[in-house]
Amino acid sequence: MLTIDQATYDAIVRHAKRDHPDEACGIVAGPEGSDRPERVVEMVNAAGSPTFYEFDSTELLDLYKQMWDRDEEPVVIYHSHTATEAYPSRTDIGLASEPGAHYVLVSTREHGNNEGPVEFRSYRIVDGAVTEEEVAVVPALPAR
Amino acid sequence: MAIEVRIPTILRTYTDGEKAVTGDGASLSALIDDLEANHPGIKDRLIDNGDLRRFVNVYINDEDVRFIGGLEAQLSDGDQVVVLPAVAGGC
Repeated sequence: MLTIDQATYDAIVRHAKRDHPDEACGIVAGPEGSDRPERVVEMVNAAGSPTFYEFDSTELLDLYKQMWDRDEEPVVIYHSHTATEAYPSRTDIGLASEPGAHYVLVSTREHGNNEGPVEFRSYRIVDGAVTEEEVAVVPALPAR
Repeated sequence: MAIEVRIPTILRTYTDGEKAVTGDGASLSALIDDLEANHPGIKDRLIDNGDLRRFVNVYINDEDVRFIGGLEAQLSDGDQVVVLPAVAGGC
């Protein structure tokens, strides 16, 4: 199960709506081993595409160095689908490389840049196997 | 010659869970061969058809090796190499 606080959930949804019709992408970092998604980092989609996303390689290194310095890891890796459902594509599955992360998919296909509900779903992707999990949105993460 | 290589989570199965290992080589290509000798299987995860895999990023002292010669990029004692899988996908 992914437990995420409302503000972080909202930030991901806002990012996805803003970047529509291109795919938005980013991570939520948290302390290593904590499973707490605490710090949203929006990334630029270097592919700038409605059908593909890729973190810019230089930004990717900066992001990981920052996380290593802070003893963090990517707890959530998110991206949006802008014309299809919020389910990992074959490409998403083939390229998933953080077995410990929650892969969050947001679909903006229904309302695009506008207000309105989105599909927000979370998965584990390990060795090509996808397992959907429940998403619990809470007012705030429990105290550490 | 000692070169520190930072290993991403997904490849730590080849390094007994180690986050960083030490390797040797005057070029990235030689370094990867040296890593393969000590951590069999890792080369195939980095190289495909004689070139770096499209969705694996390798950095030497913070420079993406694609801009500094790819597999032929030169290495010196004390250089720091980071391997990071691309974060990418598509519908």
